[in-house]
Amino acid sequence: MAVITPDNRGLRLVVRYAVLTLIAIIFIFPLLFMGMSSLKPDQQLLADTSSLRAFLPVGDLSLENYREAFERAPVGLFVFNSVLVTGTTVLLSLAICSLAAFSFTYLEWRGRGLILSIILATLIIPFETIAIPLLLLVSKLPWIGFEGLEWGWLNSYRVQIIPWIADGLTIFLFVQYFKDLPRELIEAARVEGASWFQIYYKVVMPLAGPVLATAAILKFLVMYNQYLWPLIVVQQESYRPVMVGLQYFFQLNIAWGEVMAYLTLITVPVLAFYLVLQRAFIASIASTGVKG
Amino acid sequence: MASKLTRSTGAGWAFALPGFGLIALFIIVPFFFAFGLSLTNQRLISPNPTEYVGFENYRDLLSLSVITLEPERDDSGAVIRDEDGEIEYPRVRTITRSDDFPQYRGMREWFRWQSAETARVVIASDVVFMKALVNTLMFVLVVAPVQGGLALILALLINQKLRGINIYRAIYFMPVVVSIVVVSLLWRFIYDGNDGLLNNLLSAITFGGWQPVDWLGNPDTALGSIMAMSIWQAVGFHMVIWLSGLQTISPTLYEAAEIEGASKWQTFRYVTWPGLRNTAVLVLIVITMQAFALFAQIDVMTNGGPLDSTQTVVFQAVERGYGKQDISGGSTISVILFLLVLTISLIQRWLTREK
Amino acid sequence: MKRLTKAGLLASSTLIATGAMAQTELSMWYHGAGNEVESNILGGIIEDFNAAQSDWTVSVESFPQGSYNDSVVAGALSGNLPCILDVDGPVMPNWAWSGYMQPLPISEEAIAGHLDSTVGRWDGEIYSVGLWDAAVALYTRQATLDALGLRTPTLDNPWTGEEFMAALEAAKASGEFEYAFDPGMAWTGEWYPYAFSPFLQSFGGDIVDRSTYQTAEGALNGEAAMEFGEWWQSLFTEGYAPGTSQDPADRDNGFIEGKYAFSWNGNWAAVATLEGGVDDVVFLPAPDFGNGPTIGAGSWQFGASGTCEHPDGVAEFVEFALQDKYLAAFSDGIGLIPATEEAAAMTENYAPGGALEPFFGLSEGQALVRPVSPGYVVAAKVFEKAMADIANGADVADTLDAAVDEIDADIEANSGYGH
Repeated sequence: MAVITPDNRGLRLVVRYAVLTLIAIIFIFPLLFMGMSSLKPDQQLLADTSSLRAFLPVGDLSLENYREAFERAPVGLFVFNSVLVTGTTVLLSLAICSLAAFSFTYLEWRGRGLILSIILATLIIPFETIAIPLLLLVSKLPWIGFEGLEWGWLNSYRVQIIPWIADGLTIFLFVQYFKDLPRELIEAARVEGASWFQIYYKVVMPLAGPVLATAAILKFLVMYNQYLWPLIVVQQESYRPVMVGLQYFFQLNIAWGEVMAYLTLITVPVLAFYLVLQRAFIASIASTGVKG
Repeated sequence: MASKLTRSTGAGWAFALPGFGLIALFIIVPFFFAFGLSLTNQRLISPNPTEYVGFENYRDLLSLSVITLEPERDDSGAVIRDEDGEIEYPRVRTITRSDDFPQYRGMREWFRWQSAETARVVIASDVVFMKALVNTLMFVLVVAPVQGGLALILALLINQKLRGINIYRAIYFMPVVVSIVVVSLLWRFIYDGNDGLLNNLLSAITFGGWQPVDWLGNPDTALGSIMAMSIWQAVGFHMVIWLSGLQTISPTLYEAAEIEGASKWQTFRYVTWPGLRNTAVLVLIVITMQAFALFAQIDVMTNGGPLDSTQTVVFQAVERGYGKQDISGGSTISVILFLLVLTISLIQRWLTREK
Repeated sequence: MKRLTKAGLLASSTLIATGAMAQTELSMWYHGAGNEVESNILGGIIEDFNAAQSDWTVSVESFPQGSYNDSVVAGALSGNLPCILDVDGPVMPNWAWSGYMQPLPISEEAIAGHLDSTVGRWDGEIYSVGLWDAAVALYTRQATLDALGLRTPTLDNPWTGEEFMAALEAAKASGEFEYAFDPGMAWTGEWYPYAFSPFLQSFGGDIVDRSTYQTAEGALNGEAAMEFGEWWQSLFTEGYAPGTSQDPADRDNGFIEGKYAFSWNGNWAAVATLEGGVDDVVFLPAPDFGNGPTIGAGSWQFGASGTCEHPDGVAEFVEFALQDKYLAAFSDGIGLIPATEEAAAMTENYAPGGALEPFFGLSEGQALVRPVSPGYVVAAKVFEKAMADIANGADVADTLDAAVDEIDADIEANSGYGH
């Protein structure tokens, strides 16, 4: 083995950063392209696409596209709707799916294996293929609101939220993670007389940081990028989310600059969400592994 | 080992019920409804009454036959060959559109092979669906291992303790953050056949020696181009899953390995990898499912073309169910896909079972 | 008990609704979300209408055009359609046949003098009426014609197929252009049948046999269609036109940037082309491939949904909206071809001597609506795929046969679509 001298270490560090940065360039360019293009007038934007100029803030730059995007569509409303629907779904999903996964991992009950297999099998069903039956279903479901009993869930937030709370992937994610937690912790708590819910809430969840973050991010992405579902269940502009709103910009002659401005705007919440989660969970957990 | 302490049917059901109930109502029930549709002639838009048709939709999709073509011969009985020396055969349409063979009506050539002088042609009632099946399987076979592997490498790379590593983490995840529809649109510019960025870049690297390739317009490169883009786009997604798995591995294990003088590879082989077993199963299954559901990229970038080289099963299901208003046909495709993937994942599970 | 409560609630809410206002509300869906100018003009018409009479109030919900049809189908499936429905011309028979729409009780006088293609008829009745039409022309520069020494074709004396191909050959040979001709392959969807089936018709073929609407056999795979298919393929194999992988930006701006000598494009792109700096753009009529020159016709129109209880109110609104000043306003705003000559005279672009006047002539002289059948929606999809496949080098005869089989199977599956 080579002797590690300070110089040698410095060189290795440089190589590491070089590799990381090279890879970073490969991954960052869509956002760069999007962001830079949003500042350019259409003609220049399109001319730039064939060269590296597409990723550079060069030429005639302005915020004009943003102004026009806000004029074309109620951008703020769409972002608000998406964030509301996505946020609510993510929170409910984390609670309900982790609870179910807890049951599948730690509790022994009849039918457990079968039910889990069924849930995993639902992973296979692409949403596109059940959209119409689901539409017919939710258009007939009852709801108790402020005005008493009503029928049909169309044109609401709930129709965009409730069907998406539970899904096989999230449950599976928790199950795989819970399997890796030391069982002795659970058994010890059980011996001390804790209830199952207390164990779930006080023992398991505090250890679930990484998986909560992962599940939250994945769910957030799925929800934030919803298109087909809101398209068919929401007819009123006041409930429309961002991806349906994107269609406002695809007129016969597409204003690419505005499209890029809109995309940049709607990407901000996702990026912010990811960065916050990364700081809150992943970074802190990295140093304190939990597996024995 | 199940212990007595964990036996609790009441709590078990109670905890699982909200999740399972929602899934049952919003996924399983509609899926059974779709299965029911596949046995009828239901249209998306129609005033005509719905009729039960049994497995006709399945037959229309899956029927295959082999026909034999004898070479064309001239008056002396010699085989006619074209300029390239290839044997000339009668056209398949002389059989499939002939009233003498009503059983082949509406079928088309899928592929053929030659034995001695005769050609055998496999004809299918739905060639496009057959091609979609093959393309989808190809996509899964390539994307699942490559994407999973690259994601693991990335996860290991950014699991180092380095100043500023969080920035790299965020950057590697960026393609995932942008909707796949948007990413597909951007890549259409990059893949442009004349002055696309990729062609220009390759041309610059080779000092002009590169001949521009029409990436999405050439049947030989279209599916590969979509694979490459898909891998690039979602690799960060799986990186995050690997990362959460990596972080459950205790640092004390690594410290022990270091004390014993294990090499990097040994540490990975005997500490990291065993600790990632559950994560690996998860990543494999999730990638496979996502790959089978390939749709948005196709819809935005190629529409299944050129020459059906990028048709996929879900794209066909949507095209048929919505575009062509044949909701029973579309549902049939989803049932077939479900059964196919179920079979594959059962095999997968059997292969990766804990021995 | 439960039912009683529900009935009670219903009754009370109806009371409130009818008590509060004497006017009956007519809900309306429109495809113009994201198009500010269009939305404003429509908003103005609705405002005028609501103020001009006391029976009805129209309230509009706008949808983005790209997903409008999906929204309507979803709305119909879930029993949630508005009263006034905006419908794309060729789709109307499908919605009428399926009961999404009902006949529009509008008087013949109200539509006297309108371009034929702006009135949607199915099964002998009027279902929808449009305020405008769209048309397609062969865009080029006068400078290009001059440089290549080409005759300027006119409505009365269009290019023949040979002349057209000679023009493309000349453009290609000049070496000035990336491609001689841009048919617009990047615009997938309805553009293909709308823009390309007229070529097929000019060769003597069609998407379906219009005498019965029961088969495509002979129309889409007969001799004329085969000839058309070979010609279509040659555009791409011989390098005259960019194929299906054309990027959307090139479609939108390639002609303006000078990449293409000729572009097959709609009137809606004309204003952008002029503004893009192509001052000498000329709009040429479709070439004649033997069976007369044709272009597609039929654009967005208004009608009454099947569940609407007040078709008379819808008719009143449509008649109101058909005033020439509104037709002219739409035309000035978004470049569409007004439905009447009187309105055309009031517009900036389509008035005699206006920059886009040729389009009005094209609409009058060359327009042929797409097959008027509920089956058109599916046939259009099949045709689109066939065009793409042939462009990409598929065998012409096999591809057209397969398309015929698919269209025929669909007609059969729908019991003849009620013809």
